[in-house]
Amino acid sequence: MTNIEKYTQAFVNAFGVDAESAKALKYQDIPAWDSVGHMGLIAQLEEQFGIMMEPDDIVDLSSFEKGKDILATKYGVEF
Amino acid sequence: MAEAVFNLGFDGVAVVADDGREVSYADLKQMTEEWAAKVPPRSLVFLLVGNNLDSLVAYVACLNHGIVPLMLDAKIDGQLLQRFIEIYRPDFIWRPSSEGYVLEEGLRTSDFRHPALFEDLALLLTTSGSTGSPKLVRQSYKNIKANTASIVEYLRLDSTERPITTLPMNYTYGLSIVNSHLTVGATILLTEKSIMQREFWNFFTEQGTTSFGGVPYTYEMLDKLMFFRRKLPSLRTMTQAGGKILPTLHQKFAEYAKREGKNFVVMYGQCEATARMSYLPPERALDKVGSMGIAIPGGRFSLIDVDGRAINEPDITGELVYDGANVTLGYAECADDLSKGDERHGRLVTGDMARRDTDGFYYIVGRKKRFLKIFGNRVNLDETERLIKGAFPDLDCACGGIDDKMKIFITDETQVQSIRDFVAEKTHLNFTAFDVRPIVSIPKNESGKTLYSELPIS
Repeated sequence: MTNIEKYTQAFVNAFGVDAESAKALKYQDIPAWDSVGHMGLIAQLEEQFGIMMEPDDIVDLSSFEKGKDILATKYGVEF
Repeated sequence: MAEAVFNLGFDGVAVVADDGREVSYADLKQMTEEWAAKVPPRSLVFLLVGNNLDSLVAYVACLNHGIVPLMLDAKIDGQLLQRFIEIYRPDFIWRPSSEGYVLEEGLRTSDFRHPALFEDLALLLTTSGSTGSPKLVRQSYKNIKANTASIVEYLRLDSTERPITTLPMNYTYGLSIVNSHLTVGATILLTEKSIMQREFWNFFTEQGTTSFGGVPYTYEMLDKLMFFRRKLPSLRTMTQAGGKILPTLHQKFAEYAKREGKNFVVMYGQCEATARMSYLPPERALDKVGSMGIAIPGGRFSLIDVDGRAINEPDITGELVYDGANVTLGYAECADDLSKGDERHGRLVTGDMARRDTDGFYYIVGRKKRFLKIFGNRVNLDETERLIKGAFPDLDCACGGIDDKMKIFITDETQVQSIRDFVAEKTHLNFTAFDVRPIVSIPKNESGKTLYSELPIS
């Protein structure tokens, strides 16, 4: 799987959405992305990429797009 | 008519909302009087609330002017709301719309109105808020005043407090924070953001937050956010309720509190007791890990055995009984019940199993009834089964599990995803709390009763 596929899969697994709708998501857009869902998403991302996210990055991850930026700039994930 | 619950005669700021609005106590008094002028006393009003100013004003207006609100989540499922409307026949509904909050007429024809409300009935809350049970808890003015006074006393609250909202206002624990702080003239920091959002922490810091409350899951999230590394000089107190926190987390937060000179207060309560029944004094937080403490001021605990006899020896498990002025009137299951008086007479048999140690501290060890607490919300397992069977008549199911993780066994493996989504939607809880597992058949005894002990739970 490419990194973008892995990244998208984390959203699919965490929120039970399809890959296409995952790409436009923002925090609280759907009931599944609440604080509980956010914890699940972080767990998925950490597992997919073998990373431990910093608290500041966890609370900054407010959308699909924003998360890509964070992973690229802070964790060296190339998309 | 009942006298006002809140004395709003304070100087200073009552509310700061995260949209930047600040409301003084004098403003709040005026806003609530204007709101109440549109609604006759002893009306029944559904308030569809969030942690915003419009919700708070309507709530305070109701309690100060003899109007009885049913507090519901603004995001309530439409069908469920309709069911509540048909059963309880509200006079008005206060709800958010695209143009802000609006007061709509409820079901109010002359031959279809709720009966006269019991004179001391102040407030209605849902028991679980989730599985769609129309059962409500009836709280009186006396209940709210008594419980608020106890909370103010044991948390030693005063007008310098600045609590931030982390729990919904339609949830008894969230509401008790509002009640106790308005009573002492403190400043409530209103936000709908969650602790998982940057905006929450910015607001928290900018506004000099002094306290927040959390259910066990809140503390798990804070742990993940490495809360202990944060510099939060304004923070004084963290309270915890809504289910039993893991002893390891209790220990961690109690140690943090001690190190940083803050208070960590574990509490226990139920909607049926207005909100709070116990607290663990913060200075005992570290030597009584796992305990929910002692009865709040004005309350009393006892334990009874299966025959209803008092257990006087320490370290024996029995059902927990609470006596106090905050024990609510009783339940309502239909509109006629709203005219009922006090059915409990100050005594609540909690349904929780507990033990008391030799120092008189209580520990919850289990539950008599079949329900779980999921993210602080009570979810009845039998009701969940009924809901599933109603919507999926071709399969059989059984629910079990532990807090924050319900296991749902179903006999149709093709429906795993649909059932998970269905239960999440109906309960308004994140779907990750529901672990749906296909099983060949549900174990039953000869009379057709589910044998829960034979389910492959672990």
